[in-house]
Formats: sequence, C-alpha cells, structure tokens
Amino acid sequence: MNTAINTRNIKVMNRFDVTSRLVAKLENGEAVIGGIGNTNFDLWAAGHRPQNFYMLGSMGLAFPIALGVALAQPDRRVFALEGDGSLLMQLGALSTIASLKPTNLIMVVMDNGIYQITGAQPTPAASVADIVAIAIGSGLSNSAWAADEEDFERLVEAAMSTAEPSLIAVRIDDKPGVGATRRDPVQIRERFMHGLGVREPL
Amino acid sequence: MAIAEQQSSLQAAHGSGDRSWHGIVLQTLKRNEISLVPYVPDRVLTPLIKNLHADPFFTTFATAREEEAVGIVSGAWMGGRRGAVLMQTSGFATLANVLASLAVPYQIPLIMFVSERGTLGEFNYGQSLVCRTMRPVLDSLALEHHTITRLDELEFIADRSIKQAVTTQAPVALILNPLLTGGKTFDK
Repeated sequence: MNTAINTRNIKVMNRFDVTSRLVAKLENGEAVIGGIGNTNFDLWAAGHRPQNFYMLGSMGLAFPIALGVALAQPDRRVFALEGDGSLLMQLGALSTIASLKPTNLIMVVMDNGIYQITGAQPTPAASVADIVAIAIGSGLSNSAWAADEEDFERLVEAAMSTAEPSLIAVRIDDKPGVGATRRDPVQIRERFMHGLGVREPL
Repeated sequence: MAIAEQQSSLQAAHGSGDRSWHGIVLQTLKRNEISLVPYVPDRVLTPLIKNLHADPFFTTFATAREEEAVGIVSGAWMGGRRGAVLMQTSGFATLANVLASLAVPYQIPLIMFVSERGTLGEFNYGQSLVCRTMRPVLDSLALEHHTITRLDELEFIADRSIKQAVTTQAPVALILNPLLTGGKTFDK
C-alpha cells in the first residue's frame, strides 16, 4: 500500500470481499490462479471452482503460471491473484507478459504493503513504490488502481472485454485470509486440469 | 506409440538433415509436441535459441529468471500445452525452491535443458563452484537427470527422457555437457 505517491484517494478494501466480487463475475469457466498464502486462502473461501489453481509455495509465480495457462488456452480468460510482496519477488514477469501481449490474461494485485502472513512486516516497497507505476513502466499500459469496490468491478468487466493484458491493483487492509486451502497439491493440480478440460476424471 | 510408428518418426527427424546437437534437440522437441520454450540465454545455447525463434512451430522467448520460465511451462502443461525450459548451470542453481514447491509436489513433467558450465575448461571460478551444486540438488529431490556427452546418444536420451517425464508426471533435467556442445572457452 503506497501512501506517498498517488493512492491517497483510493479506498482501502478487503481481500476476501474483492475476491468474492471477482468470483461472482465468472460465468465462462475463467481460470483463476491464486498466489501463495492469503490470496489463495481467500480464493478458496470465496467458493471452490474447478478452474481455480491454488499455489502452496513458489512465491511470486502466480503471474507466470497464469501466463502459461493463457498461452495454452488462448480462448479462455485467465485471472491471477497476487500479493504485493509476492509480486516484488518477480517483477521481471511483468515485462515478459508485456512483450508477449496475451489477450486473455488479467492480473490482480492485492496491495497491503505488508507481509501479512509472516507478522505484518512492511515490504521494502511499502512507502516508496507504486505497483501500477511499476506495471506501466514494465510495459503493461493497461494497468490501474481500483478506486473502490464498484470501480474494481468496472475494471474487471473492462478487462474481460479487451484484447490486451490488464493489471488491476487493489489497496487492501491488513486482515488475514478467511479460509484455509486444503494442502493437497496433486488433487489441486488434477482438478484444475479437469476444470480446464485437459483431462477427464478416472 | 507403436514401435513402427516411432521408427518412422525417428526417420522423419533424421530426414530433416541437421545432425548437430541443437538440430537434434529441436527435432526431438517438435516430435514430442513441445511447442513452448521459454529460456534464459546462454552462449552455448545460442544456435538452438536462434533456430527455435526461426521455426513457427515454437513459441520461444526470454524470461527474466529461470523460475519464471518454470512457472510458465507448469501453467501451460496444466492447460494442455507442453513446454521445456532452457538455461545455464547458474540458472539451475536458482530453482531449488520452485522444484520443491511446484514441479515435484504437483507432479508436473517439467523438462529442463541445462547447458553445463563450470567444468572441462571453465575459466570463471564462480561458475565452477555453482556447477557443483547442481547434481546434489537434483539428487536431493530424487529427480531424474542425465548428463549428455555424446552426439550419438543425444536423441535416444532426450526422446526417452521426455516421454518418461510426461508419462510418469515427473521433472527431468537433461544436462548438455561440453563434450557434446563444445562448451564455452576463454577465447570465445
């Protein structure tokens, strides 16, 4: 959460609420990749869908994994939910995505400026950097802060009807995730593949 | 695949003419329907990367870090598209976390080609040290890996290893040794 640059008028929202609003808009089997920790806990809590993939490690790889899904299935919209601390681990991925220009990839950054799950320590970017400015500077011109919940929903709808990658940044509070994902990586991966139509259950 | 079919597809690959190490790798990728090839470049890999870019069958591009490339091909595989990652020894050294937290526990057939630096004429002490971490990391996770030194064994090892990775849903590292590629020497 950047308070120093241009987020002063942006409402502080809640991750679970925003995630629930996003999931409620998914009517066409859109894939959703939840980053480690709270982003996938709240995705799980918003209601499991077979097109959801939950990460249990590999901090920072939600956008690259989503990019891979998007390149494999160009006709399916792919969302990725990532925390600001996670994104800081893999900023180069923004430029990779900008250069490939997938038409079906939508990135959501949940920015609370802290490593909530480890004890709410501030990230190095917390008081000095602007996630949206970083994304635009990385080549993702279609990047914006959501001003409030209604604006978030409007940005999601716009992203779902555009043919370029989109990034939506959301200021969120310091609350932990609401649920706890079942940590069964093989089942998570297998059900995701069923959800994407790649495989049939045995 | 029936043996007869496999023989004919091998002959088709032979028919393409390029029996250099990188020509064999490219044809083996293509024969196994591996079309997504992100990489972090390496001098030795340059002819392979150049030819992948020139072939419209492949989607190939540079990533900023090797683990990013692993994330991309993992997502692609779950979406039904096969990929492989190209990197150098020092790049492999950045992968322990993503191997242990993504590729192995989620049972993803991650196919890695590693251009081996740090041995057989290395001139950079850091490269020679980081090279020594590679096989212990692979062995600590019990990952399949092969060091390829001979041109006449390359196609067999690469083709069989890719098929094994896919059918057993397990990662594999194919280490391209300087005996195969010529490696990188001080005067280059």
